[in-house]
Amino acid sequence: MVIARATGILVLLAGILFASGLCNASPRSDNPVPNIFDPRSTPAESIRDHSYFVLAIAGLIFLVVVTLLVYAVVKFRDSPLTSGREPAQVYGSTQIELAWTIIPILIVFALFLATARVIHAIEDARKPATAVEVTAIGHQFWWEYRYPALGVVTANELHVPVSDPAHPTPTFLKLLSADTDHSFWVPQLAGKTDLIPNRINRTWIDPHQTGVYVGQCAQYCGTQHAKMLLRVSVDSPEEFAAWVQAQKQPANHDDKASAGRRVFETTACINCHAVGGTNGTGRFGPDLTHLMSRDTIAAGAALNTHENLRLWIENPDAIKPGSLMPAMKLSDTDLDALVRYLETLR
Amino acid sequence: MSAITTPFPQTPATWKLPYRGKVGMACLIIAESAIFTIFVVAYLYYAGKSLTGPTPREALETPIFFTVCLLSSSLTMHLASTLLARGKSGAFLALWFLTIVLGALFMYGTAREWHRLIYQHGLTISTNLFGTTYYSLVGLHATHVTLGLLMLTIVLLFGLAGRVGREQSARIDVLSMYWHFVDAVWIVVFTVVYVLGR
Amino acid sequence: MSSDAMAIHQGADVGSRPWVETLHGWVTTVDHKRLGILYILYALLFLAVAGSEAMIIRIQLMYPHNSFVSPQVFNRIFTMHGTTMVFFVGIPVLFGLANYLVPLMIGARDMAFPRLNAFSFWLTALGGFLLYFSFLGGSGLYGAGNAPDVGWWAYAPLTSRAFSPGHSSDYWTISLLVAGFGSIGTAVNIIATILCMRCPGMKLSRMPLLVWLNLVVSGMVLIAITPLSAAQIMLCVDRYLGGHFFDTQAGGSATLWMHFFWIFGHPEVYILILPAFAVLSEVIPVFSRKPMFGYPVMVGATIAIGFISMSVWAHHMFSIGMSSYGNAFFVLTTMTIAVPTGIKIFNWLGTMWGGRIIFKTPMLFCIGFLFNFLIAGLTGIMLGSAAFNWQLTGSYFVVAHFHYTLSGSFLFGIFAAFYYWYPKITGRMLFERLGKLHFWLFFIGFHLCFDLMHIPGLLGMARRIYTYEPGRGWDTLNLLVSIGAFIQGIATLIFVANLIISYFKGAKAGNDPWDAWTLEWSVSSPPPAYNFAVTPTVASRRPLWDLKHPEDPDSRYE
Repeated sequence: MVIARATGILVLLAGILFASGLCNASPRSDNPVPNIFDPRSTPAESIRDHSYFVLAIAGLIFLVVVTLLVYAVVKFRDSPLTSGREPAQVYGSTQIELAWTIIPILIVFALFLATARVIHAIEDARKPATAVEVTAIGHQFWWEYRYPALGVVTANELHVPVSDPAHPTPTFLKLLSADTDHSFWVPQLAGKTDLIPNRINRTWIDPHQTGVYVGQCAQYCGTQHAKMLLRVSVDSPEEFAAWVQAQKQPANHDDKASAGRRVFETTACINCHAVGGTNGTGRFGPDLTHLMSRDTIAAGAALNTHENLRLWIENPDAIKPGSLMPAMKLSDTDLDALVRYLETLR
Repeated sequence: MSAITTPFPQTPATWKLPYRGKVGMACLIIAESAIFTIFVVAYLYYAGKSLTGPTPREALETPIFFTVCLLSSSLTMHLASTLLARGKSGAFLALWFLTIVLGALFMYGTAREWHRLIYQHGLTISTNLFGTTYYSLVGLHATHVTLGLLMLTIVLLFGLAGRVGREQSARIDVLSMYWHFVDAVWIVVFTVVYVLGR
Repeated sequence: MSSDAMAIHQGADVGSRPWVETLHGWVTTVDHKRLGILYILYALLFLAVAGSEAMIIRIQLMYPHNSFVSPQVFNRIFTMHGTTMVFFVGIPVLFGLANYLVPLMIGARDMAFPRLNAFSFWLTALGGFLLYFSFLGGSGLYGAGNAPDVGWWAYAPLTSRAFSPGHSSDYWTISLLVAGFGSIGTAVNIIATILCMRCPGMKLSRMPLLVWLNLVVSGMVLIAITPLSAAQIMLCVDRYLGGHFFDTQAGGSATLWMHFFWIFGHPEVYILILPAFAVLSEVIPVFSRKPMFGYPVMVGATIAIGFISMSVWAHHMFSIGMSSYGNAFFVLTTMTIAVPTGIKIFNWLGTMWGGRIIFKTPMLFCIGFLFNFLIAGLTGIMLGSAAFNWQLTGSYFVVAHFHYTLSGSFLFGIFAAFYYWYPKITGRMLFERLGKLHFWLFFIGFHLCFDLMHIPGLLGMARRIYTYEPGRGWDTLNLLVSIGAFIQGIATLIFVANLIISYFKGAKAGNDPWDAWTLEWSVSSPPPAYNFAVTPTVASRRPLWDLKHPEDPDSRYE
């Protein structure tokens, strides 16, 4: 009875906390710590395995040299016994020099070969026919995702299918940039690859476990580089298919939100944002057709709640100062209507 | 203890070290070569990559005459400094003046070419990648020629005032190193821009 | 020269000279010793400034979603912190030491080109003030006409007019261009001095290692700083003349800037660390009471580092999508440079081995250097392995790595240099107790800060972020890192206090307080304006050892 009560209160509290939509609260993720030593995808796993080899060699070298250093510092320190006498003036030793030249060269060679192998395995991996193709375009300060073969355009939250090693369905990303340099880094899925304007880069992931993985932009791109967050949802095949299906639908048309839709279509929103089926075809900002399918807004800077949506449109600097979203200067009526409309875009 | 000698001084019979003027100028030349190398790399990297506008093939005319002028100025410079080492100030001055004239001719040629490129072909530094890299590289070289001409003129004025004689020979050699360097750079720039880049 | 000489002699009637005359003497000096001191004081000033910027960064990052400074201010602060530390602390202090010590160590009266020396210093000084004038200069959209906020690498196209309106990027570009020319001038001077002004008997194979290292450093400066100058000229062409060098909209390449920058940037970090190596090569032998182990190998390793460092630059660019062959090549060169660097560490150990180690403060900092630089080198190996790099770069792991090489190695070497040569420069000893306190406090603070800093990087924390998400495992670590930073700040204040107090109250040093062996210890402390009354003649690498041990001179063995 007490336990049930306690659990109930905890659930209530959790619910309050979650629903409060405070900017400071982090969105839910099953993998909140993007630990490079906890990989869930082949490229990240290859790197992890390789890193163990490198760390082992480094550890060994560290132990040997530090032991020698500590020994020297202790054994050959000045003491009353030795004070006043100069020790033997040794100028060098060719054999020793050769030894500590050749051994490091061998280690270097081993490290180089091991690394070259992993580089090749990751960078030159062939794209199988079953791969999902995504074009990721970096913007200041959000991510655009296009699935050309599937006809899906979305933003900020990437959905990919889980990849079964028996029947792999990896996701191959083509990385472009619309403005400055960015870098796609979800540590548990792969090493980072940059998005550079006027250059096409490629990376791939084949996550083995469903869940939500986090990361962030890893190349300084301007004022809000810090809040250009990454959120990758690895779905089961059914979930992924359902998501794709939902994304391909035209924008939800709800008559009750027509006032808000009118606000959207007649103000500057359409200069930057697109919503399928409206006259909003702007590409400067994220596509909003299925905005409510996302957990967060502003590239992860805030939870996707009513308060945050409203605040984001009214005063983006309160959430992400220096982002390129302007404060829209709408009246309260218009703003409320607009938010109600946006909330119908599931 | 202000005087120090070791108990076994083995003062070499002759302790001769290089002339610091030459070493200094050699260092400067190395540094400048690095700067020019970067501009040449940029030029070659962007060759053929312009999205619009006049191409090198369309716009450029090989400046043979003015190149000969500049390279000859190295010859006259060399003769001038050799003569000065032998104390022949008068002949030195004449050849020095000739060097300046040849260098100035080269600058005139560059100016004429740029005038033609801008007004006939509409090629400026902001037109396309070719324009940017061409004017930067050739302009950087032209700036060095200009600075060189300035220094040569100063020496000419000193010479006309009778102050340049055999004792200044080493310093004139240092200056001539710079001038030969500028000419050598032109050989590279010429090859890259008018031969390879087309 | 008379005003210089008057101020130097102990007990001279300095009080009666008007301060304007003293100031004038310093401002118009061409004496390498005074210019050396000016460089060092300049570097200390900017160390305080950039150190304060570091404190601001660490206060902001103590807690997630902290609002100590706005993102705009934070981005300017980290840009200025990096730029200042590299160009207006690192380079001036190494040139200051070189300026002061090289002529004394080779038995010369001054540098080859004293007026060029002064000109170069004032150019560098102008650069620093120009960079900081940006805080005051100009206005622009989003306050962008303010201090630069593009990171100390100033990647294109972030620095283009489109993304950096206003003049902040111009202050970055032009101040560094000016300071760069100053550096080239000093490098020319150092090379000419070393090649042309050594005292009789000092063949190249008899020069102190500090002189050798400065020769190599200066050679590197000539061919490493200039690519940056070239790239900055190109950036100016883009920003002011409508050029397209880095204009991706016109077909230009963002990666071209990266290549040019890192062709400068990597040798630059070796330019910074080699003088610290130089200090170790002078201090460790004296405080182990043995000659440098393997002198010819140390020279060879230095030259090797100089050359190889020109070939590794793209290991800063492993994530930009080079081909697997390109990446592999730079892995190979990067790993290779570990060999001569490791050889040096072993040779310093070999010098200590079998010696009689005296734990005065200079030696403490050298031992600390060895420990820290070993770790820095090993994390460098991790970063040099391209695949591992794909996880580590752009994160706080790499920030920890390069602070290990800079704060933990370069700065330790500089501290050792201060404690070792302060007596020579000022004629007074630094207080040993304060020195040891400085060392231990700094060592503890350093390790608290930068050991832990590796971990958020391994847990996915990117760099150059003004805040971070809570709950990613970074929160407590960042707090502890910040505390470590504050401890280092306090230790540095103790150091500065020691510098000031000892100037007035320190024990008189005499010519040779450490019983050392190179020529600078044969003259008074501070040296007379002319350095040597009679140009010395040397017969070995340790001329003072030969004098003190006439029964067993080095010249017999070399």
